[in-house]
Order: sequence, then C-alpha cells, then structure tokens
Amino acid sequence: MISLITKLGDSFLYMVRDLGRMGLFLFSALLAIFSRPFRFRETVRQIRIIGANSFAVIFFISIFTGMVLGLQGYYTLRKFGSEGMLGSAVALSLIRELGPVLTALMVTGRAGSAMCAEIGIMRNSEQIDALECMVISPFRYLITPKFLATIISLPILTQFFNVIGIAGGYLAGVVLLGVNPGAFYNGIVQSVVNQDINLGIVKSFVFALLVVWICTGRGYFVHILRNAGFGAEGVSRATTQAVVLSSIAVLIWDYLITAIML
Amino acid sequence: MSPAIIEFHNVVKSFGKQLVLDDVSVSFESGKTTVIAGGSGQGKSVTLKLILGLLSPDAGEILVNGRDIIRMKQRELNKTREKFGVLFQGSALLDSMTVFENVALPLKERTKYKGQEITQRVRQMLAQFNLEGHEDKFPAQLSGGMKKRVGLARALMLQPDIMLFDEPTTGLDPQITMDIYRLFFKSQKQFGYTSIIVSHDIPRVFNLADQVVLLNKGKMVTFSSPEDIPLSSEPQIVSFATETMGHIYSSKKMEHNI
Repeated sequence: MISLITKLGDSFLYMVRDLGRMGLFLFSALLAIFSRPFRFRETVRQIRIIGANSFAVIFFISIFTGMVLGLQGYYTLRKFGSEGMLGSAVALSLIRELGPVLTALMVTGRAGSAMCAEIGIMRNSEQIDALECMVISPFRYLITPKFLATIISLPILTQFFNVIGIAGGYLAGVVLLGVNPGAFYNGIVQSVVNQDINLGIVKSFVFALLVVWICTGRGYFVHILRNAGFGAEGVSRATTQAVVLSSIAVLIWDYLITAIML
Repeated sequence: MSPAIIEFHNVVKSFGKQLVLDDVSVSFESGKTTVIAGGSGQGKSVTLKLILGLLSPDAGEILVNGRDIIRMKQRELNKTREKFGVLFQGSALLDSMTVFENVALPLKERTKYKGQEITQRVRQMLAQFNLEGHEDKFPAQLSGGMKKRVGLARALMLQPDIMLFDEPTTGLDPQITMDIYRLFFKSQKQFGYTSIIVSHDIPRVFNLADQVVLLNKGKMVTFSSPEDIPLSSEPQIVSFATETMGHIYSSKKMEHNI
C-alpha cells in the first residue's frame, strides 16, 4: 500500500516538474521570437518543410473527407427530404471542426514527429550542448523558426483543407449524387457566417501552438524523459509521446474553444 | 604556481541514487594542461558539464575566474561561456551542415564578420587542421579523426581562453590519436589556452599533462605530475595506477624507496 502511494506521489511530482519544464520551454521559445538576429531564411525553409511539403497530404485527406461528408450527409438528409442543405452541412462541419482538427492531426503526424525526432537526435548527440557552449541560443537558432513556421503554415493549410474539402463534398453530392448545385452553393452562403470562420481560424492558431510546443519540447527534453530510454530508442519513444500528446491536446482544446466561442 | 582559473569547492553531484561527485574540491590552474583521468562512469564528462554550467551541482560552488557559475544570470553565464571552447566526445558537429558551415558558425553567430571575411578565416583555419578539400562534406561523410579535427577547428575559431576536451581520442586508431595530440600541442602553442582534458587514454595522455586529477568513486585527487600517482598513500589509487599505467611510471617510486 505504501509502495503504491509512493509511486503515485512520485508520478505526480514528475508530472508537476514536467509541466513546469514545458511551461518554461514555451516561455523561452516565445521570448526568443523577439531576439536578434532573426533567422529569416531558416524560417522560410521551415515553412516549406512544415507547410508547403504537407500540401499533398492535406489535399488527399481533405478531398476524401469532403467526399465522405457529402456521401454521408446526402443519405442522412435525404431521409428528411433536406438534400438541399448538403452544402451547409459539409461547409459548417469542415470550417468549424474537421478542417482545423484534421489539419492539425496531419501536421502532427507528418511534421511534428519529424521536428521531435530532429531535435531529440540533436540533443542526444550533444549538438544542442555545443550550441549552448558556443553561446548560440538553441531557442533562437532551432526552436523559434519551427514555432513561427508552424504558426504561419497551419492556419493556411487549414483554409486549403476547408476549400478542397468543400470541393470534395460538391463532387460527391452534386456531381455523383445529383444534388442541385444552386441549392448546394446557396446552403453554404446562407449558413456560413463570420463567426464560423473566426472559430476555425482561432482553432488553427491554438492547435499550431500546441503541436509545435509539444513536439519540439518532447525532443528538447528527450534526455530527461521518464521511461524514454537512451539513444535511438529514447528518440523513438519521445516521438511517439509527442504525437500522442499533441493529438490529445488538439482534441481537448477543440472542445474547450468550441465551448467558449459558440 | 599559476592562479586557479576554475575551482570546485565541496561539489556534490548525483543522478538518482548514484553519487557521481562526493564533496569534491579541486582547482585548475591558468595556462596549464590538466588531465582528468578515471574509469568509465566515474563522472569525468559530468565534471566538464558542471564547469560549463550545462549541469548544476546538488551542493557546493564552481568558480570560474572567481565567480560562481551556478549563481550567474543567463547574460553573465553567456559571457563566461564565451571564454570556453569545447571538443565534445562525439565532436557534436551540426549534422545538417557542411564542414565549412560548422566551422563558420561561431563567426556568423557571434561576430560581425560578413561573407568574404568569414570565408577567408574559415579556409585559413581548415588549412591549419589539414581539412582543405573537405569543406563541402557533411559530418556523416567524415572519418572519426576528421570529425575531431573539424570539432577542434570550430572550438578554436574564436580563440577561447580555456579549452575543454571530452575524450578527444576515444575510438581513434593509434596513428590518428597521435595526430590529434600533435594538433593539440600545435594549437595550444599558437593560441595559448588553458586546457582540461578528460581521457581514458592512459598513460599516453599524461604526456600532455602539467597536472593530473584522478577521479575515483566520487573523489578527486590532484597530482602535480603523473609520476606522483603511484606514490599516493591511497591503496585504491596505487592500484588504479598499476592497472592503467603499468611499470613505466614506477621508477620514481622505486627511487623514492631506495
């Protein structure tokens, strides 16, 4: 019994320490955005890696998500004779929820895991120590470009996701299932308001910050993560942790933001 | 005796239940070469990380030029770190950068030098370390000895006052090891730095030493020369010396006994 309490207490203390460490990490990373010299080229390179290179994945995910929404929505709405509302259902689902959430999950899987592994390997091979010894801030040099690139890329990718998703819904609903194109378009125009778009944009910014924070943070602290092990195994476990935690955080914050803003 | 540039006062460091440094007090003299020797896992590399402020001790103080590195604010810590150059065990070259970019990094980030001037200085440094023609290679394309040379060139780029070497010859063949030692002599003569070398390469590395610090079971013992080690009154140290250095250093003891 005492051993169980000791273990619980130990785990709780570890969690508090970990949260504190991650909080300070976020603070240092945000502060480093304002330190000079600013790494403009590296930030652009990261936007290419995190944003532009994710476009193909986002394209396929979004078009098929839109098509599935169109298909499911059509058969559900038909039961109530409301096929004309298909455009509204597809657009609102995508803009409010699926666009920001699925884009964030895709970026986590594609770019977040890569960021975590890259920084974890740099930590394990003493490259981050070397930067600190050369009085080059690892935050300004490594972390900030990734932060900025993700915060810029993810909202843009989300908007692409929404547009391509709606096109997918149109393809399934109008082209394949014969819904009236005017009704589809009119449904979108009538139901989507600025608040929906703002909600999606706020979500995508918050998700971007969560994803880049958790993924770079797990990599940065790979050497002190509990049960992570050392070397390649440590990096692999930290990467898994980063992806799982980011995904959970995205879904929790999705609920919280929706509850607050709706 | 030269003034102490780095001093440990009653330093304690442990990781979990493992006590690595147990109430250690030692000083490293300015302008001298100190070799820290000891078995694996005894805390040699930890000692270097404590000096650099990359790790904090559990107790005690570490003075660099008389200032406690633990109590320094980030700005002062950075000023202090500017005095150091470090050659890491695995060289710690940034693996996404070429040899040229690695060596140029301190100049680009810490000085106001631009384009042509950086190129000229880097090429000059690479030539001194026999690395001409390898500028565009990535660390993964280099041999162990070349990585060490690039690491040394990068560490010396801003002419530090103190050089820390973490196992500079581990994993290198005897010939490359001698090359690294020659480069060490040559660069120390040229730049005049104080050096602290952590090494397993006993007794060869003692040829570089002005002072030797033995690290054994969390305790540090300082010797003014390697030949004094077998004369120690501590049986464990004598045993360590006999095991690692063999008979070549026993002559002074024999002389002493006579």
